[in-house]
Amino acid sequence: MAVDGGPELVQLLTPEGVLVEHPDFALALDDDEWRTRYEHLVMVRRLDAEATALQRHGELGLWAPCQGQEAAQVGAALAMRPTERIFPTYREHGMAYVRGVDPVTLLGLFRGTTLGGWDPAEHGFNLYTIVIGDQTLHAVGYAMGAQRDGAAEGVLVCFGDGASSQGDVAEAFVYAAVNDAPVVFFCQNNQWAISEPLERQTRIPLFKRAAGYGFPGVRVDGNDVLAVQAVVTAALERARAGRGPTLVEAFTYRMGAHTTSDDPTRYRTTAEGEAWRLKDPIERVRAHIVRSGIADAAWLGEVEQRAEALGEHMRSACRAMPDPAPASMFEHVYADAHPVIDRERQWLVTYLAGFTDAPTAGAGAGVG
Amino acid sequence: MAVLTMAKAINTGLAVAMREDPKVLVMGEDVGRLGGVFRVTDGLQAEFGEERVIDTPLAESGIIGTAVGLAMRGYAPVCEIQFDGFIFPAFDQITTQVARLHLRSDGALCMRVVIRVPSGGGIGAVEHHSESPEAYFAHTPGLRIVTPSNPVDAFTMIRQAVAHPDPVLFLEPKRRYWEKAEVDVTAALPPSIDLFRARVVRRGSDATLLCWGPMVRTCLEAAQADTRDLEVVDARSLAPLDLATIVESVARTGRLVVVHEAPVTGGLGAEIAAAVTEACFYQLEAPVLRVGGFSVPYPPARLEDIYLPDLDRVLEAVDRAMAY
Repeated sequence: MAVDGGPELVQLLTPEGVLVEHPDFALALDDDEWRTRYEHLVMVRRLDAEATALQRHGELGLWAPCQGQEAAQVGAALAMRPTERIFPTYREHGMAYVRGVDPVTLLGLFRGTTLGGWDPAEHGFNLYTIVIGDQTLHAVGYAMGAQRDGAAEGVLVCFGDGASSQGDVAEAFVYAAVNDAPVVFFCQNNQWAISEPLERQTRIPLFKRAAGYGFPGVRVDGNDVLAVQAVVTAALERARAGRGPTLVEAFTYRMGAHTTSDDPTRYRTTAEGEAWRLKDPIERVRAHIVRSGIADAAWLGEVEQRAEALGEHMRSACRAMPDPAPASMFEHVYADAHPVIDRERQWLVTYLAGFTDAPTAGAGAGVG
Repeated sequence: MAVLTMAKAINTGLAVAMREDPKVLVMGEDVGRLGGVFRVTDGLQAEFGEERVIDTPLAESGIIGTAVGLAMRGYAPVCEIQFDGFIFPAFDQITTQVARLHLRSDGALCMRVVIRVPSGGGIGAVEHHSESPEAYFAHTPGLRIVTPSNPVDAFTMIRQAVAHPDPVLFLEPKRRYWEKAEVDVTAALPPSIDLFRARVVRRGSDATLLCWGPMVRTCLEAAQADTRDLEVVDARSLAPLDLATIVESVARTGRLVVVHEAPVTGGLGAEIAAAVTEACFYQLEAPVLRVGGFSVPYPPARLEDIYLPDLDRVLEAVDRAMAY
């Protein structure tokens, strides 16, 4: 049972909410910055709980919860400049939130109204990628493009402990290394790939794999928002300076199920969950800001109200989300005109029009 | 006019495309210093530098996956997969990412990626160097597939493919790389729609031979050797198929023989036969017949002359079509 990150774990805020020093990494936050981090963490957890509830009520087909990984995601996203591109998996709801993607927009993919949902350029946040590990190569290619543009720009790509076994991730490490690509490989090791524990993926700590490819690897406490931001910031600065990639292993825990279709009681113990609950990423920030007088009970209450409002927004907007028009499946399959698409779209429109209770086939909103 | 081999015609077309558009990159295994194992990219790194002509690590999924990221960044990578049989490590990136990202992004992302693949048999190669994988990709929505049969088309079609906003698989019939023709290398680029048009390369009235890539020359030789008046149509584009040109031809001749190197089972000939039968049911004098590779893995090189459709195999099918 992996609970302890070992002696090489970079930590700046203990699970008890005590600030500690590290010889290589430091980050000082002012009071506003602390409050922002706390609020982000609370909002993301609420977002996640709300989406899980919407799935239980039949409004979503599936949801992939990020509970437990909020600090890893918020800390990494805050380390990046707004113009720098993030390549997520399908669980980076915390990063999406920090990047300003409306949580309702995230729901479309899981409700089944879209295969994407947002413009990657608008938020500097790429689309969710469901095939495990594919996005690591996209990020490296994007970083190679940044090199060719002469941009001092970092790129961050997410993947998990399960994805670390994928060939594409190994290839991404090679391509990034030989090109000195300005990319940060951000591995959220949440200990479980659905039912398979870390021991089924690796015999060495994941961050140590970087050495074999010729770039640095760091293991950070993924439940410590301060340490994650500090470590990712350093990796990004290295990337922007043209010194190549870094592997950051955020040692964390998937507190919930893999997805809402999963039953973790079949493969892991409640004792493990309890041990990790003591390392909760939000509780330690709350303990720190309350103890140090950065936040009082009234402000914490306001945050709870804003979280409640977010939940209400998600509930009502999700239920109001229309099904796409049937013929919309033909849109954007190709960028240019295509005879098969044109023929099949026309056929579907005509076919559907033959029904007396026909849904609207063409463009625009379909049936709700 | 210049007399060019097909390999040199593609090389010249790539150079023109790279001069015209600084976003065009060439990437693949051995494409830089060596100029490619078939020399199709010869001299490009010397002219355009290592930033634009990239010798990649030996990992095909990596070639295509990083090309996706470069395309997201606004570049137009032209990827070389060294041999047809080595495209399969990249199958996932091609089918789940390249083919779908324009759609997944509601049109925001442009996957302007060309994937060049020396393909087909006939050069006495070892295993995995003689495959015709087009059916796998023609089955995948979001991709376009074209294949030239001669140097003139090769010079034009590679430039059209590079200019096109959709991902294009560009299959190069490797056994025709060394065939020569006069090519006007100053010709203006025809509109992109022409890239997806089939061409009647020999007019005839008794039967239509539909073929592409390496089989076009085979079919032309068969038509010239035969006493019957055979029409030969070069499909040029496999996805989408130019059904209008194909159907127009079959409606005149009443008979169709589809010829390809790939195994007949589940091959494009089956798709064409179904589409033509539906469109030309009352004009057909005989069922649509297929001539292709046998439904076995590509055989050892000493058997490839038996495996590959040749003049006699094509005419044997014409005999059968005429006998109805």
